[in-house]
Order: sequence, then C-alpha cells, then structure tokens
Amino acid sequence: MVWINAAVQGVLLGGLYALFACGLSLIFGVMRVVNLAHGDFAVLAAYLALAVIAAVHVPVLWAVLVAAPLFALVGYAVQRLIIQRSLDISPLTTLLVTFGLSIVIQNALLEVASANSQSLPAGLLTSGALRVSGQLSLGYLSLLIFGTAIVVIVALQMFLARTSMGRQVRAAADDQETASTLGVNVRHVFGIAAALAFATVALAGVAFGMYSSFDPSAGPQRLIFAFEAVVIGGMGSLWGTLAGGVILGVAQVLGSQVDAGFGVLAGHLVFLAVLALRPNGLIPSRSV
Amino acid sequence: MAAAAAPVTVRVTRSRRPSYWTAIGGAAVLAVLASLPYVVYANVTDLLVNFIILLTLATTWNLLAGYAGLVSVGQQVYIGVGAYTVLVLSGSGFSPFLAIPLAAVAAGLASIPVSLLLLHLRGAYFAIATWVVAEAVGLAVLRVPSLGGGTGATLEGLAGFDPAVREALTYWSALAVGAVTVVGCYLLLRSRFGLDLTAIRDNEVGARSVGVRILSAKRIVYVVAGAGAGAAGALLIVSQLNVQAVSIFSVQWSAYMIFVALIGGVGTVEGPILGTVIFFILQQSLADRGAWYLIIVGTIAVVMAMWVPRGLWGLVDDRFHVRLFPVGYWLHGAVTNPGKSPET
Repeated sequence: MVWINAAVQGVLLGGLYALFACGLSLIFGVMRVVNLAHGDFAVLAAYLALAVIAAVHVPVLWAVLVAAPLFALVGYAVQRLIIQRSLDISPLTTLLVTFGLSIVIQNALLEVASANSQSLPAGLLTSGALRVSGQLSLGYLSLLIFGTAIVVIVALQMFLARTSMGRQVRAAADDQETASTLGVNVRHVFGIAAALAFATVALAGVAFGMYSSFDPSAGPQRLIFAFEAVVIGGMGSLWGTLAGGVILGVAQVLGSQVDAGFGVLAGHLVFLAVLALRPNGLIPSRSV
Repeated sequence: MAAAAAPVTVRVTRSRRPSYWTAIGGAAVLAVLASLPYVVYANVTDLLVNFIILLTLATTWNLLAGYAGLVSVGQQVYIGVGAYTVLVLSGSGFSPFLAIPLAAVAAGLASIPVSLLLLHLRGAYFAIATWVVAEAVGLAVLRVPSLGGGTGATLEGLAGFDPAVREALTYWSALAVGAVTVVGCYLLLRSRFGLDLTAIRDNEVGARSVGVRILSAKRIVYVVAGAGAGAAGALLIVSQLNVQAVSIFSVQWSAYMIFVALIGGVGTVEGPILGTVIFFILQQSLADRGAWYLIIVGTIAVVMAMWVPRGLWGLVDDRFHVRLFPVGYWLHGAVTNPGKSPET
C-alpha cells in the first residue's frame, strides 16, 4: 500500500512537472529554442505573486490573474528583443544568452528578496485532502495542479489546432520561409507563442510556490525537471510532456521511498536512461 | 589573358611577424611569474592561483564551445572528479602536488564514458544532459560518507608543509597547469587536428563533406576539456585545502566559464585569456557588492553575446590584426592587401 500511495503521489507530482514543462515544450516545438532561464522565470513569477499578495491581500489564486497576463507580455518582449536576436546569430547563442539571463535573474532576486526561502500561502488547499482509503489520500492542491496541467495542455492543443493564430504558429514552426511568403508575420507569431509559454510559466511558478518552498536559486533545478519531463515524453509533443512529467514524478517519489536522498537522483537516472536508449523520447513528435 | 599564366610566388607563414617573438615573450612572462613567490606576499600568488583556475576552465570550455560547437553546462563534474581524485590519492599517502596531473588524467578518463552517452546529442540536449550528469554525480558523491558527504572533506596531505612553502608550491603547480593548458591548446589548434576543429567551428556539414571525422574530433576535444577541468579542480582543492560536493559540483562554475568566454571572445586562443583578465578585475572590484557582481558580469556577457558575438578579442583583432597565438596561415605576395589575408 505504501508503494501504491507513492506511485499515486508521483503521478500527481508529474502533473506539476508537466505544467512546468509545457511552456518549455511549446517554445522548443515552435522555435527550436530551449530557454535556459525557464525555471528562473517561474521563480520570478512566484516572487511576483508573493509581492501581489503582500500589497493587496488577495488569495493566492487571484495573484495568478496578475502574474499570467504580465508574464505573457514579458514573454512576448523576451522573444522579440532577446531570443529572436540571438537566434539570428546562432542556435548556440540562444543557449548562452538564456543561461546568462538565468544567472542575472537569480542574483537580482537574491539582491531584492534575500536568500531566505519563501512559500505561497495556499490555505485549505495545502492541508485538505481527499481520503480514498486509510493510507491513500489525494491532496486538494495536488489534484488542482494536476487538473490545471490537463486544462492547460488541452487549451494549448485547441489553440494550435483550431484557431487561425494557432495554424500560423504551426506553419511558422514547420517552415518559416514558406509561412512568411504566405503572409504570416513569423516574428510576431513566435512572440505570441512565447507569450503563451510564459503565461504557463507564471501558472507553473505559482503552483510550485504553493506546493513547496522556493528561494532565488531554485530556478535551475526546476528547469532541469521541466527539461527531463519534456525529453522523457518527447520534445514538442504536449501529451508526451504530460507522460514524461508523470514518469519523472513517479520515479522521484518511488526513489525517495527507497531512501530519502535518492528521489531526485532516481529521476536523473531515468532521464539519462531515456536519453541513451530512446533519445527522441517515448512519444516522439516532429512538430507541435 | 596571358597574365593569368604569369607565375606568382606565394610565401606562406604562420604569422605576420616571426612567431619566435611570441615564444620569447611568453617565456619571459612565465619566468617573471615563476619568480613571484620570492618577490610578493602570498595573497598576490593566491589571487593568481584563482586567476589560473579560471583561465584553465575558460580555455578548455572555449575549445568545446568555440571549436567543437558543444555548449556544455556540466564541466563542473570534471572539476569535482579532479578535486576528489586529489583527496583520495592524498588519503593513501600520495603527495597532493604530484596528484594534480593524475587528477587531470582521471577526469579525462571519466569523460570518455560520458562522451559515449552524450556526444551524439545536439544543442540544448547536450547542454542540459551534461548539466544533469554533473547534478547526478554531485548527488551520488553526497551519499558517500568517506568522501565527506554533505559536510565536505579536508585535504590532510599538506599538513606537514610550512605555509609559505605550500603556497609557493601551489602557485607553481597552478602556473604549470595554466601554461600547459594555454600552450597545449595553441599547439593543438596549430596542428592538422586544429584545422579539422576550425573547419567544424566554421561549418560542420562542410567539414564532414571534406572528410573531417566529426564525432572523433569532438570526442578528443571533450576528453581534453574534461582533463583541463580536472586539473582546475585539483588546483582548487590544493589551494583551498577542503572540498564540498555542493559547491564543487555547482553550475556556478559553468556560469564563470561561459561569461569569461563570451566577454573575451569564443573561438580564439586569446579570447578566454583577455576574458579572464576582465572577469577577474570585475570580480575583484565588485567583490564587496554581493550578488551585484554576477548581475553586472552576466548582463555584460549577454549583451556581448548578442551585439559583439566575437567578444572583445574580436574587436582588438578587427582593429589591429594581432594574434598572440597564430593558429592559421598568412599568404604573402599573392594577395594585394595583407591585412585581409585569408586566415583559417
């Protein structure tokens, strides 16, 4: 029963990782860029939510309504001003530039908010749980996050499949030149994709902030988990990202069941095994 | 039309000025640096040890990113392997100073299996996979009590030395590591193999089509860079006398290497040297401003990467056409404007 409980908790944790990773997956699927500051932007969103709560005393879920649109704007700007520019130089430059950005954000947060660890107050959500049986209970917060991940993934899929802008995003992702000869403003479309990705980053950052504590240096760890989820599932496939998140979550929780310090390491080992054996991930997809 | 048949004598040299001047200058600088422990206090040589550690890291990282097109965010794993090799060898009675070259060898050997797993990955996959390897090894080392676990371990083998002698020996070891790294990189890039690497740097697909064996070239570079990071890690533990898994396997090291190379210029021998000098000056002058120094240095590096992608050395080169370490060829006589001579 202990193991079943651990596996179920792992699946729920996977929802958090998937929520975290779908922005990374979207940006990679569309622009072939991995934003190494992804995790730091999520931590930044958590601090932003903290500041909003301190300023206007609203429940944490309302802070999301401020953070997500604001991050969409930030995402559009980062894409147009930084990522696109470095992408024009070389793909390796995007890695170096976003890595630099990551270090700058971490240290700026350290300067503004100190190294103390923080957490977002989630009230009843954190303490309450749905009791399935004596030993198996599902926390409301974990369920909410898992549900949010599924809603976000469905919404992104619907956007890409059904809307005109979504079709333009897919066209630009498949073939920039052809798309632009057909009248697609590729740079603007990439900006929109980044804006959506950053809005999910804000959601994920707030969710993670409610789920566990964070400090200015928490970003890289989150980026690694998100990237692991994306790679395990298969780059560019959003449902694959959910599967990857779940596999990573289960590996980590089962690993820490074996030994308290083994959880994160177990996740890394699963990731490296997938890279060695199935480098395209479990559910490979060429495009979004 | 007949003019085309006229014989043209072309003289080919490695540099515009005879390169023995660089050799003489280099030897003189090295001689002055080597005599420093007799002249200055240990705080100066300690600073220089840190400088050389950074220089070694940046030079070898630049080989990876600047020539082989491999952006690694996980070289800290070899820093750790180097440091812990010195720790273990010293525990079994080996002199820590003699253990430094062995640590480089150990890190080079450790990089071979990793290269088998990761070298076929590209771009971000390679970057984050190297990072995960470093995290995983760091977490594994934390779980080994005999290596100090979470609290760290102290290097005992140097307890018998007089502090002044120990500091001088550490400094000379660092000087040797730095000289071997820079001169070794230079000779490597000057060789036929360096031509392969430069071809990969400029155009990987083109290099493959003219017969460069890309994967084995990348593997050699990865192993050399691993050995360099291992030597740097060995110097770190010898100069600090202790090692902590959390800090030695920290991604902070990758940030330093990347910032130095971006500021100085990726893809040249001189770039990381200039970059280390500037990074070091910034680090020392902003030392009492806490996190600000990384904010400032990081912003400079990002701005440089986006607007001055060849770094400061690229600017110097455009302006003065100097090369301290000429790795290409100059053609004299055939080309009207020697300043624009094709240099590979």
